[in-house]
Amino acid sequence: MKPLSVVVTSVFDIFAWFMIVFGVYVINNGHNTPGGGFQGGAIVATFMSFVLVAYGGKKFMTWAREGAYGALELIGLMAFFAFGCLGFPNAFFYNSLAIPHGGTPLSEWLPYCGTISLMNVAVGAEVVGALSLVVYYMYGSIRMVDTGAGMGGERGHDRFDR
Amino acid sequence: MKKTVFAAAVIVLGGLLCGTFEAIHPFGIPYETAMDDYFLVHALSDRSAQNVVTSLVFDFRGFDTLGEAAVLFTALTAIGALFRDGGKRE
Repeated sequence: MKPLSVVVTSVFDIFAWFMIVFGVYVINNGHNTPGGGFQGGAIVATFMSFVLVAYGGKKFMTWAREGAYGALELIGLMAFFAFGCLGFPNAFFYNSLAIPHGGTPLSEWLPYCGTISLMNVAVGAEVVGALSLVVYYMYGSIRMVDTGAGMGGERGHDRFDR
Repeated sequence: MKKTVFAAAVIVLGGLLCGTFEAIHPFGIPYETAMDDYFLVHALSDRSAQNVVTSLVFDFRGFDTLGEAAVLFTALTAIGALFRDGGKRE
């Protein structure tokens, strides 16, 4: 995939980073405002697709980190499961960290709604890793669409920049 | 012949659909409100979550969200198994 024109890359340089900021905002404020882990993670993961569209496949393959995305995915899923296990004396996924109105907070850093916002962060990390890995894997194997008769040798029509 | 049959079927089905819409229960007036009231009251007072939807998804119904996360993980595993080695065949 060849990079698009200088207009697109300039817009990317200026505005694409706000997508990450906005996605992290949606993830972190999921307990107060509309949104949450899934939606914010999808917003953040759009960044890698934007890199692929704006700067082309060469830059995308140098920027993408498969191990980091896999680690995000696994850590997010395991953290989500662990937060669910936190409520086990009562029930699975019982919100044992929530502080009801009128109670005193345990610390400055613990959110009032307990595991809800922590689960939002965990699910957000998982969705970011998973969707970015999907884009990475599917672009990495785009040569499957070649129409050549042989096994290999011919490359896809949009892969001559690699 | 075909067109008349088609038109008659459209008219009959449309009439049935309009009749169903006439007889549908009005929006916003549920038959049972006990569960809704419980969630609306307890989401803020017990769980301190201002977003009731998120408190439902991640707290009251968290096991279902674990299933959604597992669906995402399974989809990623399948895509990795298919596409990971760059699409090369055996």
